[in-house]
Amino acid sequence: MTNPEHTVYGDEFRGMEKSLPGSQAPWVRALRADAMETFIEQGFPDTRLEEWKYTDVRPLARHHFRASPGLTTIRESALQSRLLTSEPAHRLVFVDGHFAPELCPFNTLLKGVTLTSLAFALENRPQELETWLGRNIDMGNPGFNALNTAFMRDGAYIRLAPGVALEQPVHLLFIATGKPDTVATVRNVIVAGPGSKAQIIESYFSLNDAAYLTNTVTELSVGDGADIEHYKLEQESETAYHMAGIYVTQTRDSRFTSHNIALGGKLARNDLTVALEGAGADCTLNGLYLARGRQHIDNHTRIDHHKPQASSREWYKGVLDGHSRAVFNGRIVVHRDAQKTVAQQSNHNLLLSEEAEIDAKPQLEIYADDVKCAHGCTVGQLDEEAVFYLRSRALDEATARTFLIYAFAAGVLERIPLVPVRRYLEEQLTGRLPGLEFPGLTGEPGSVVA
Amino acid sequence: MLSIRNLHATVDDTPILDGIDLEVRPGEVHAIMGPNGSGKSTFAHVLAGREQYNVTQGAVQYLGRDLLAMSPEERARAGVFLAFQYPVEIPGVSNIYFLKAALNAIRKYRGLEELDAMDFITLVKEKVGMVKMDEALIYRAVNEGFSGGEKKRNEILQMMVLEPQLAILDETDSGLDIDALKTVADGVNQLRSDERAFIIVTHYQRLLNYVVPDHVHVLDNGRIVKSGGPELALELEERGYEWLNELTAGAA
Repeated sequence: MTNPEHTVYGDEFRGMEKSLPGSQAPWVRALRADAMETFIEQGFPDTRLEEWKYTDVRPLARHHFRASPGLTTIRESALQSRLLTSEPAHRLVFVDGHFAPELCPFNTLLKGVTLTSLAFALENRPQELETWLGRNIDMGNPGFNALNTAFMRDGAYIRLAPGVALEQPVHLLFIATGKPDTVATVRNVIVAGPGSKAQIIESYFSLNDAAYLTNTVTELSVGDGADIEHYKLEQESETAYHMAGIYVTQTRDSRFTSHNIALGGKLARNDLTVALEGAGADCTLNGLYLARGRQHIDNHTRIDHHKPQASSREWYKGVLDGHSRAVFNGRIVVHRDAQKTVAQQSNHNLLLSEEAEIDAKPQLEIYADDVKCAHGCTVGQLDEEAVFYLRSRALDEATARTFLIYAFAAGVLERIPLVPVRRYLEEQLTGRLPGLEFPGLTGEPGSVVA
Repeated sequence: MLSIRNLHATVDDTPILDGIDLEVRPGEVHAIMGPNGSGKSTFAHVLAGREQYNVTQGAVQYLGRDLLAMSPEERARAGVFLAFQYPVEIPGVSNIYFLKAALNAIRKYRGLEELDAMDFITLVKEKVGMVKMDEALIYRAVNEGFSGGEKKRNEILQMMVLEPQLAILDETDSGLDIDALKTVADGVNQLRSDERAFIIVTHYQRLLNYVVPDHVHVLDNGRIVKSGGPELALELEERGYEWLNELTAGAA
């Protein structure tokens, strides 16, 4: 059942197949070709599918988004406000999906660390990636994963040898120059060897307003006893589309922490999937979404407890204003062998206008008998008692409400251990809430009343 | 300073205040006592401007202005302060940032310049010492994770920094140990002056051992059923609130 909307991508694919990175490796060609075939079969998801019930991608499917032809040169100063830290973090920059080496500082890496462009690795040593590329991704989730795999252009390839600990965070910047009807197809592959440790930040943002598409997939394998802290800061243009998948597998005694912050996009979808495949694995998913105007932000998370004694905790919060709409679907599956699982989930939503809408759906499926699972979900407005408290301290009503919105969201930010990221997000948040000054909302003695 | 005439108020259409008359002059301390459910807290909140409470009859003049026509923030800027029985927690907003925002809102209204960071911090630290509060708490989020006593001290700290003209304390003494109670009393006593008035809403007499009121009023079923001097509080303590039944029965 092919559809003309999908065959345009098939035609485009046949035209450029040979020029895509890794095309000389037969397994890469086969992976792409299979994915293209899958996409032609599946097409884009529609709202009849349970997983896409509240997110209608038809406006996106109607356009043909073409790969941006080449690298657009941008000035380093354009990144300045987004760098998060003045320290020389390990940084890879991608512009419209193309690697921009001139924007990446030279930084000596530890022995045992690979940090490079995926396209470069696919061209030069594809055999290294064969085990990992496409390993974690869920092709059953139709449309974007297949399209991503067929067209994947570039992204980061990070590999940590056993026992390696990166002291400074790795910052991946994905910048859109805002060419209408173009797509950046990003694929990141992260392989953390046993006992390794790193903090990895993905930032997505745009230099202007345009209706482009980012289709990004990150595959992350966390080895035995490894500890990975992952940040995703999504600040696309509010006229753009952002479709993202993060697929994580964890083995024995590993730790994975996700901080997933969604602020941008006309339509943004995150699929975050964690498979706890080893006993004693631990994952934390911390998330915040802020939507306004006519933004639509959809977070689908899934945690699979396959083995015993693993734990997971999940905290997602959303603030919706205007005519915005958000979806939170948090699925936790405790499989039969996963005895002594501890899983908790919470999702709290603040609706600031009558027209804003949230579809929140916690889903717990438990097939083991000795488990501790809990979840809670709330949707509400600002607490009027609290508004009164602030007004009784001379703050006008608008400022009082702003304080409380900030307070609601701040809980998510407080869980962020990387201080520059936390500060940056506090700034972004206060920037969206008129009446607050930054700095000074939280912090330590001396940093406060500036 | 404050002149209340025949004040009636309802909450969700249930009458709570049933005709209160009260005259508060500058420099005076009035204690409002009464059993649970007598309308004490409602009375305090109505004066501070809580919109959930509906004033159905009566008038309140404050410094020559119609208090009931003013928003809660206008009242605060004009010098009305309510110390809450259950102070609200505000995660993510530091106590000191909050205090500074409140103080500057009041100063701006009065045509004063905003305090600069150094002057402000000096002022706050001085007051923190007076209420015997752990200084670390001023950098923490407002009331978040504070113990009951810390929350009450924080209310008194706010009162001391904001220096209101009319301070209303809503059961600030409830649930406090003796040290915290004394701190609250010290705060009030330090602020007592010829220009400033206090309305102390309390269930128990014990705070009044430390803050000696000029007038004591007993509230029951939304009305002041008896007024007197400090000795009335002692009498109430001795006889209990059941005594009121005799009083109201006698009046009827």
